[in-house]
Amino acid sequence: MSSEGNVAVHVHRDDEASKLGMWLFLFTELTLFGGLFLMYSVYRYTHQADFHLAAQNMNTFIGALNTAILLTSSLTMALSITALQRGSKKLSLSFQAITIFFGLIFLVNKYFEWSHEFHIGNFPGSESLLNKSQGEILFFGLYYVMTGLHGLHVIIGMAVIAVMMKFTINNVITRTNYVKLEAAGLYWHLVDVIWIFLFPLFYLIS
Amino acid sequence: MEGKDKHTIHNHSYTAYIIVWLALLTFTAITVAVAGINFGNSTIAIALIIASIKTYLVLTIFMHLKLENKTFKIFVIIAIFFLVISFILLFSDYSNI
Amino acid sequence: MTDNSIAIKKEHESYLEHKGKYSGLFGWILSTDHKRIAILYLVVISAWFLIGVTLGFLIRLELFTTGETIIGPQTYNSFFTVHGIIMLFLFVIPGIPAIFGNFFLPIMIGAKDVAFPRLNLFTWYLYVLGSVLVITSVFLPGGAPDSGWTFYIPYSVRTGTNMIITLSAAFILGFSSILTGLNFIVTIHRMRAPGMGWFKMPLFPWALYATGWIQVLVTPIIGITLLLIIFERLFGVGLFDPSLGGDPVLYQHLFWIYSHPAVYIMAVPAMGVISELITVYSHKTIFGYKAIAFSSLAIALFGSLVWGHHMFSSGMSDTANFVFSLITFVVAIPSAIKVFNWTATLYKGSIELEPPMLFALAFIFLFTIGGLTGIMQGTLSLDIHLTDTTFIVGHFHYVIFGTAGFGVFGGLYHWIPKMFGRLYNKKMAKVSFWFLFIGFNILYFPMFVMGWLGMPRRSYDYLPEYQIYHEISTVGSWILIIGLVILVYTIIKAIKSGERTSEMNYCGGETLEWYVETPPTHENFDEVPVITGEPYAYKQNEL
Repeated sequence: MSSEGNVAVHVHRDDEASKLGMWLFLFTELTLFGGLFLMYSVYRYTHQADFHLAAQNMNTFIGALNTAILLTSSLTMALSITALQRGSKKLSLSFQAITIFFGLIFLVNKYFEWSHEFHIGNFPGSESLLNKSQGEILFFGLYYVMTGLHGLHVIIGMAVIAVMMKFTINNVITRTNYVKLEAAGLYWHLVDVIWIFLFPLFYLIS
Repeated sequence: MEGKDKHTIHNHSYTAYIIVWLALLTFTAITVAVAGINFGNSTIAIALIIASIKTYLVLTIFMHLKLENKTFKIFVIIAIFFLVISFILLFSDYSNI
Repeated sequence: MTDNSIAIKKEHESYLEHKGKYSGLFGWILSTDHKRIAILYLVVISAWFLIGVTLGFLIRLELFTTGETIIGPQTYNSFFTVHGIIMLFLFVIPGIPAIFGNFFLPIMIGAKDVAFPRLNLFTWYLYVLGSVLVITSVFLPGGAPDSGWTFYIPYSVRTGTNMIITLSAAFILGFSSILTGLNFIVTIHRMRAPGMGWFKMPLFPWALYATGWIQVLVTPIIGITLLLIIFERLFGVGLFDPSLGGDPVLYQHLFWIYSHPAVYIMAVPAMGVISELITVYSHKTIFGYKAIAFSSLAIALFGSLVWGHHMFSSGMSDTANFVFSLITFVVAIPSAIKVFNWTATLYKGSIELEPPMLFALAFIFLFTIGGLTGIMQGTLSLDIHLTDTTFIVGHFHYVIFGTAGFGVFGGLYHWIPKMFGRLYNKKMAKVSFWFLFIGFNILYFPMFVMGWLGMPRRSYDYLPEYQIYHEISTVGSWILIIGLVILVYTIIKAIKSGERTSEMNYCGGETLEWYVETPPTHENFDEVPVITGEPYAYKQNEL
C-alpha cells in the first residue's frame, strides 16, 4: 500500500504524500499491537506473580540474540537507502539481501523457541498448560499471539523487501526515486520497534 | 499546495547509523544485565524506559523522523497520545480492583 | 470563491462518458477515477442497505404480536445480528465517506483525484470481499451468526454458527474503512489547491478529516479483538475465558474502544454533509465556521475516550464509571456546538425548503432527540435502569439512522444532479421525505416509551402490556418503508431517465463543486483552481 500517489493520467509524484500514507499505515499497525499490549498490561497487573513464574521458561539468551539480530537488520535496511542515494545500487541490493537474511535467522530462532515450548507441552489447550495457574496460561496465550503476529509481520516485511529488491534491479527504485524503498524501510523498522517492547515484556520479567 | 517537491537527498551518513546501532546494542545489553538485578516493582519500569529510549532512537534516526517536517512529528505524537490515553482510561477500571 | 481560472468549455466530456483504458463494465470496476469509484460504492452500498432494511422490516413484523408471528427465535436472533452487521459495517460506516467523500472531497479541495487512486479502488474490492463473506456466513451450513453485532464473549466463542466467517468479514471491512480514512487524510494534507489553506476548506472535508483519524487509530483495535475471538474458537487460547483466567469484561473494553468511536465515524461525515446543506439552502455564510470545524476534531478526540459508557452495568470500577460518565457529558458539548451553529445559520437566512434542506432540518431534529437521550444514558444512575432495554435501541436508531441515514438521503437529493447531470422529481422527493420522517418517528419513538417501562432489547417475545407499543412501532416501519420505496424510485428514475441538466450551480452553492461541469469532467478542473476567498462567501444574495 505504500506505493505511489500517481494519478493514472496525470503523472505527478509526491513522495511526501507516500510517506505520510505509510506513517498512517504504521499507526494502524501500532494500534493493532496496541490492543494486545493493553491486554498484556491488564493481565500482567492482575497476575503479577504468575507472570514472573511463567517468564522463567523463557530463554533470555535467545531473546537477546533475536533482539540483536533484528536491530542489525534495521541497520542494514537503513544503510541500503543511504547506499542507493549515494549511487551504489549493488551495495544497496546487498544490504537489502542481508536484511532479508537476518529476518530469516530471526524466524529460525523463533521456530526453535516455539518448538521447544511445544515439546515441553506449553501450548494453548495442552494438558500440562491447563494444569498450571491461570496467570501462566494467560502468559503463554499472550506469548503465542503476540510473537506469532509479530512473526507474521516479519514474514510480510521480508516479502516486501524482496519486492523492493526486484524494483531496484529493474530500476523502478532509483537514486532519485526511492520512496518505495523508504516506505518498506519504515515498515521494517516498525516491526523492530514492536519487538523492542515484546522482548522485555516476555523475557526480562522473571 | 506544496506542489513541487525538491528531491533533495536527506539521509544520515553510514557512520551515524552505525553509531545508533551500537547504542541500540548497548542498551539491549544494559537491559538484559539490569533484569538480573532485583529492583522489585521498578524492574519492569526500568525495562520499559530503556525500550522507550531505543524506540526513540529508531524513530528519529532509522525512520528519519528527525529529518522530516513538522507534520510527521505531529502525526506520531497524536498516535502515541491516543495509545497512552487508552492505557490510562483502561486502567481507571483495573487499577483499584 | 474565485473561479476565474476555470475555463468553461461546454464540449468537454463528463467522467461518465470518458473513455479510459477499458470500456464497458471494466471501465468502471478497473477505474481509479474517484468519481467512478464513488458510483461503484453507491451501487453496492445501496443494495446492502435495502437488504438491511428488509431484515429490519421482518424483525418489526415478527414483533407485531406476542409469540411467533412469522419466524422462530433462532431465525430472529440471526436476523437482528445480520441486520446490525449489514447496517453498521456495510452501510453507515462506509456510507458517506465512500460515496460522497470519494466523489466530492477532491473536487471541494480543488484536486484531480485522491492521493492514492489505486488504493482507493482496492478499498472497494475489500468492501465487496467483506460483503460477500457476510452473505456466505448466512447461507453456509452451521447457520447464520446469532451473537448480535457486538460479538460478546463468551457467546460468540461458544455458539455453533458460522462466526469465523462473519468475524473475518468484519475484519476485512474494517481494513477497507481504514484505507479510505488514510487516503482522505493524505489527500487533504497534500492535494489542496493553491491558496486553499486549512481554514478555506469547506466543512465537509473537515468532517472527513476528523473521521479519517478515528478510522486510522481505533479500527485496528477491533481488528485484533475480532482476530482474538477467531483464535479462541480455533485454538482455545483462553485470553477471554474466565475458567482459564481470561476476563470477558476486557473483551468489552477492547470492543468498545473501537465501536464507540465508530458511532462518530458514522455521524461526523453526516454532520459535514448537513453543514453544507444548511448553508447552501439558507443562502447564507455558515455561522461559526471555525467552531464547526474544530468541533469535528473535538468529537473525534473525546468520542474516542468514552467507550466505557457502554459498560456501566458490566461491573467496572467506580472510578471508571465516574470517569467515563464525565467524559460522556463532555462529548455532548462539541455536538451541541454544531447544532447551535446550524440553527444560527438559519437565522435570517433566505431558506429554501428544497428536498435536501428538509432532510437537513429533520437531521437536526432527530439528532437532538438522539443526543439528549444519549445524555440520559450517560448518567450513571439512569443508565442502570435503561441498560439493555429498547430505550437504547430507540436512541441509537435516532442517532445513527437519524444522522447517517438522513445525511445520505439529503446528500443524494443535493448532489445527484451534479453526479449524473439529471434532475429528479422534486414533488416525489418531498413526498418521500414526509413518509420517511413521520414513519421514522412512529417507528422509533415508542421504543423509548416501552424501554422506559422495561421492555428488554433483542427479545423475541414480550409481555402483553408492551404489545400496543410494538404495534405502533411496526406500523411506523411500514410508513418508513413506503417513504424509502418512493425515495429509491425517485432516484433510480432520475438517474435513468431524468431530465438532463448541465447547469453548473443549480442550488446557489459557493463551494468548488458548484464551479465545475455538471456532471464533472474526468479531471474535474480544466486548470488548477486558485483559491483566494473564504468558503461560503455568499454575497448576501437574494435568489
